[in-house]
Amino acid sequence: MLKYIFPEQASTFATRVDPMYYFLVIFSALVCVGIGGLIIYFAVRYRKIEGENRPSKALHSIALELTWTVIPGIGGIAIFAWGALLYNDFANAPEGALEIDVVGKQWMWKVQHANGMREVNDLHVPVGRPVKITMTSQDVLHDYYIPAFRVKHDVVPGKFTSIWFEATKTGEYHLFCAEYCGTEHSLMGGTVYVMEPEDYAQWLEGGPKTSPQESGQFLFEQRGCVTCHSGASGARGPNLMGVYGSTVTLGSGDEVVADEEYLRESIMQPALRVVDGFSPLMPSFSNQLTEEDVMDLVAYIKSLSAEEGAE
Amino acid sequence: MAVIADREGAYAPPVREENYLTWDHSIKSWLFTQDHKRIAILYLISITVFFLLGGIFAMLFRIELLTPAGDVFEADRYNKFFTLHGVIMIFFFLIPSVPATLGNFLVPIMVGARDLAFPKINLASWWVFNVAGVFALLVLVTGGVDTGWTFYSPLSTSYANTSVFLAVTAAFAAGFSSILTGINFIVTVHKMRAPGLTWFRLPLFIWANYATGVVIMLGTPVVAITLFLIAVERLWGVGIFDPALGGDSVLFQHMFWFYSHPAVYIMILPGFGVISEIIPCFSRNRIFGYPFIAFSTLSIAILGFFVWGHHMFVSGQSFYTGMVFSFLTMFIAAPTAVKIMNWTFTLHGGNVIMTTPMLYAIGFIGLFTIGGVTGLFLAAMGLDVPLHDTYFVVAHFHFTMVGGMAMAFFAGIHFWWPKMIGKMYPEFMGKFACIIIFTGFNLTFMPQFIVGWLGMPRRYHAYPEEWQVLNVMSTAGASILGFGFLACIACLIWSAFWGKPAKQNPWGAKGLEWEVCTSPPHPHNFTSIPVVTEEAYSYTGEEVLDID
Ligand code: HEC
Ligand SMILES: [Cu+2]
Ligand SMILES: [Cu+2]
Repeated sequence: MLKYIFPEQASTFATRVDPMYYFLVIFSALVCVGIGGLIIYFAVRYRKIEGENRPSKALHSIALELTWTVIPGIGGIAIFAWGALLYNDFANAPEGALEIDVVGKQWMWKVQHANGMREVNDLHVPVGRPVKITMTSQDVLHDYYIPAFRVKHDVVPGKFTSIWFEATKTGEYHLFCAEYCGTEHSLMGGTVYVMEPEDYAQWLEGGPKTSPQESGQFLFEQRGCVTCHSGASGARGPNLMGVYGSTVTLGSGDEVVADEEYLRESIMQPALRVVDGFSPLMPSFSNQLTEEDVMDLVAYIKSLSAEEGAE
Repeated sequence: MAVIADREGAYAPPVREENYLTWDHSIKSWLFTQDHKRIAILYLISITVFFLLGGIFAMLFRIELLTPAGDVFEADRYNKFFTLHGVIMIFFFLIPSVPATLGNFLVPIMVGARDLAFPKINLASWWVFNVAGVFALLVLVTGGVDTGWTFYSPLSTSYANTSVFLAVTAAFAAGFSSILTGINFIVTVHKMRAPGLTWFRLPLFIWANYATGVVIMLGTPVVAITLFLIAVERLWGVGIFDPALGGDSVLFQHMFWFYSHPAVYIMILPGFGVISEIIPCFSRNRIFGYPFIAFSTLSIAILGFFVWGHHMFVSGQSFYTGMVFSFLTMFIAAPTAVKIMNWTFTLHGGNVIMTTPMLYAIGFIGLFTIGGVTGLFLAAMGLDVPLHDTYFVVAHFHFTMVGGMAMAFFAGIHFWWPKMIGKMYPEFMGKFACIIIFTGFNLTFMPQFIVGWLGMPRRYHAYPEEWQVLNVMSTAGASILGFGFLACIACLIWSAFWGKPAKQNPWGAKGLEWEVCTSPPHPHNFTSIPVVTEEAYSYTGEEVLDID
């Protein structure tokens, strides 16, 4: 019976969001019962009685008006603050989260794990470890939604977005597309399998052995990125060692932090933000690379910074 | 307005027996009328047709949702049903509902004018609306449209192969007709108020329609541009929204919601106006906090333009952008609470009479309050993450739009029916239908809050089995709701032909339309210019019902 009213709670974010939800449910119920009760009480207490007549009274009361302006105002701000704090949790993945790439297309989810293991629609993740999912779409808007984890985010063509979560319970959970995307929108989903870390590791072993990083390295050479980004001084393109996470100064004088979305943009629309000291001669690869390729290249460029850091 | 005098002397009743309905019976005199009252009736007929049509689509997809599997209709057909339901109900029922019918009828009368400022533009508005309606019907004939009423790009521009162009044209034209109505209201209220009718003597219904006019004027051109750009991208492949063509799909959402959030106030503000008339009338009491209600209307109209991003917390807009929108949205709680509390306190110390319009109005307050507080859930960024695009949202906006606006519309139609048609509807049937609607409504949408929180996304043709019970409840409720609407409409239509003739002021109400105009009004509304010497709602508690 309970499962008809209370959803499964299977992530750390769920345990943080739910109190706010149930608090607001109770609060709303009180407000509605209060106002409803008052109306019914007034309607009965002051009902018209034949022959009797209550002369019309006070037009307004400043004290009352202030009360019901200020209290909802303050309440609103409190709800805003609570909601923003929660969102802050939701938006910032912790360091060292397990990274998984997802590409949405009408009407399936293509998933690639860190070691190259691929799956479609379903998602396997370990319990008790933060997982960060980087997503993009090959066609229209989609939305990656796992109700038991209380997380969702739009999956936008031409752009990377991400969600993160830490599963707290092993089991199987629904996975949906929440942004309407055409004919089979309601079938664009699958199951999230939350597994013990050992089981997950074992499951990963079943897959192919080229990790996104390795495919990325292959593409980097095959597509000729390396000719301009050789890392040598005097090369036509900037050195990409350590670029991920660093602050890049642009020709316009602005500074940006090179996150996944920036790297993606640098590959697909290089002319948009040109690195200081370089001319905009990098060709756009937007018609030549699939979304998976870009994910792989980004994974590779990110690994370059990891190596650098180790040296 | 107890004291009403002609400029020259005492008010004299109209000399002629004729009223605006009977003075000319020819078809031409209706289709090309410039009389705001007749245009109101024409609009009423048009939107009733669309309301029924939109309702049929709702029934069809509720039937599909009886079973978890997508088995009754194909997915494409289901998608068309909810899209058409949304497009028709929003652009062809909710937006024109109160302004184009009650507003058209009452704004000139309430300000003591003979007609709206631009009668020809008013007629044009109805014609444009019908042209839009023809486009909407063409959409149906050519196989429908399946983008959702939100027309999100790139689905609508590069992928959908249904009648998107016709549908955006229909919405574009319908928007245009509302602009024409909006201009008329603004100018009429500024320029044509009767002698003595100062701004703070205006009925709150006028304030509400005036504010609506302003929102329409400022917002609708933006959606017109947006819909136009959709057509441009679709027809000529110019990259505006589709990233594959070099566009930006989040830009579409910004432009769309810049209009579509204010549009919810286009839909609800006139409803607020209706409620502000009915509650004092049947409480036999002055309205509580007149200036506060008036200013809360204006502040909602203005604030409404700065909160559109609350529809986009998980669309990829930045955290700080989201914070600004969430923060500003919370401020709408205050003026909304002000209205609800002032209506409630109008009952205090009054002499409450439970007529059908009053029953609807009280139902409105209850349902709209629920719609309002559930909006807080969605405006809180972190909590919107799980709730966004689920049935929780569907339930929330139906509480505001159907529980709110549709209830207000029916409240108003019953209230002014004797004035507009000159006949009394049967009171018992009216109350009966109201209670059925209220019950059916709650049974339909309460379970949707729960199923949404459980995680059911909206616009789903098929869903997991464990949610069947809640969906069956919802469909059962929708059937009851549908029956209630039919009962209500049937009762009104019946009464138009066979109802008892209405007296001039059956409710004992205040206001020029009741105290000066006959039922139905004279073709020119007033036989002499009324002079207003009192505030609105100057009820004494002694007014009596005049129904036999
Ligand atoms: C014709 C030479 C050339 C080729 C080929 C080329 N690039 Fe570039 N790349 C540049 C130049 C020049 C810049 C700096 C100007 C700019 O930002 O557009 C740049 C900038 C970048 C940046 C941003 C670096 C920073 O420091 O912010 C990234 C990432 C990048 N390229 C990745 C790639 C990848 C991946 C490929 C292969 C798919 C590639 N490039 C192919 C010339 C090239
Ligand atoms: Cu989808
Ligand atoms: Cu909104």
